[in-house]
Amino acid sequence: MSKIEIKSITKDYGDTKALDNVSLTIEPNKIYGLLGRNGAGKTTLLNLITNKIFPTEGSIKIAGEPVLENDKVLKNIFYMMERNLYPEALKVKEIFKWTKEYYLLFDIEYANKLSDRFGLDINKKIRSLSTGYASIFKAIVALASNADILIYDEPVLGLDANHRNMFYKELLANYSEKPKTIIISTHLIEEVETVLEEVIIIKEGKLIEKKPVEDLLASAYVISGEASKVDEYLKDKTYIEEEHMGKYKSATVIENIQYKNETLARKLNLDFAKVELQKLFISLTN
Amino acid sequence: MLLDFNSEKPIYMQLAEAVEDDILKGIFEEETQVPSTTEISISFKINPATAGKGINLLVDEDILYKKRGVGMFVSKGAKEKIMQKRKDGFYNNYVLTLLEEASKLDISRSEIIEMIERSKAR
Repeated sequence: MSKIEIKSITKDYGDTKALDNVSLTIEPNKIYGLLGRNGAGKTTLLNLITNKIFPTEGSIKIAGEPVLENDKVLKNIFYMMERNLYPEALKVKEIFKWTKEYYLLFDIEYANKLSDRFGLDINKKIRSLSTGYASIFKAIVALASNADILIYDEPVLGLDANHRNMFYKELLANYSEKPKTIIISTHLIEEVETVLEEVIIIKEGKLIEKKPVEDLLASAYVISGEASKVDEYLKDKTYIEEEHMGKYKSATVIENIQYKNETLARKLNLDFAKVELQKLFISLTN
Repeated sequence: MLLDFNSEKPIYMQLAEAVEDDILKGIFEEETQVPSTTEISISFKINPATAGKGINLLVDEDILYKKRGVGMFVSKGAKEKIMQKRKDGFYNNYVLTLLEEASKLDISRSEIIEMIERSKAR
């Protein structure tokens, strides 16, 4: 069971704090979404978890052991980076072989099968892969790694809709077959919303939210109808994301859905709708 | 089974209702197997925990039961149980919403009754 314990992590780059006193526990065998705007510190956090860089302060433990230069722990984590660091002159199948040297449980047969499914030619050199296929290639290496912890930084970059769909399904099949901790850092929130169990949101280097998706979606709702009546409903309530179209108005109310006032809404002829995670995210990070 | 990711209703509840619907329609018959949480999770692209939560709702109500090592099955009497439960909610879910919409459209009660009578001819 590979619990990740992040304790009071700070990472400075000169005068800028990429991460500022972040503490966080990532439970084993759940699928997490790591969300944050550009430059929020997502990649820095992932690089720290995987010991690619060192914290200025604080510590990170996985399964009770510090990650610092700890090969035993690091062999159980696979990190699919956004940047391509594979030797360009090697062929896909050669990378599969080399990966097995470090990740002993790497499943070459499964990697070949996935390549076939995605139409990735394993005889191609890394340099000749398109942006989409470079992503597919990296995603396949991660899926086949058999590591206890899979970390994906922008896994679907450059993938078309069909391949993105296939990727999420393969990821879920892989997870169901052998539960593991999966962390997906992405901008495409709407698309992964249903796949995730929990989300971690960071803003300007600080942790601002860690919650099950279901709880987050239950923490707000949308109300709409005639502007003056919506205003009447909104009295004494906290709300964001007001949108006007003529006499029509909608707003996102920051209040647990169990407290919404259905009687009042009916009287005022207003409609409720589900809050979009994307909108909630924008308001939380603005 | 259909799920609406834009609906206000949590996905696990929608899933439970969708399975119930298919039991009512006879797509899943009593004492036969329903799709596994894994199959549901993959085909709808939803987290397995969400799928499990939906299925467990039905297990708790004895609509589904687990056969060890085999999978989930529709309980005997499940259809009757779902019908009873749905009948209880019929007034709130259908009659009241119908009346609400009718009042928006200025349709009187006698007009509604007349419509119901007319629908018998269908």
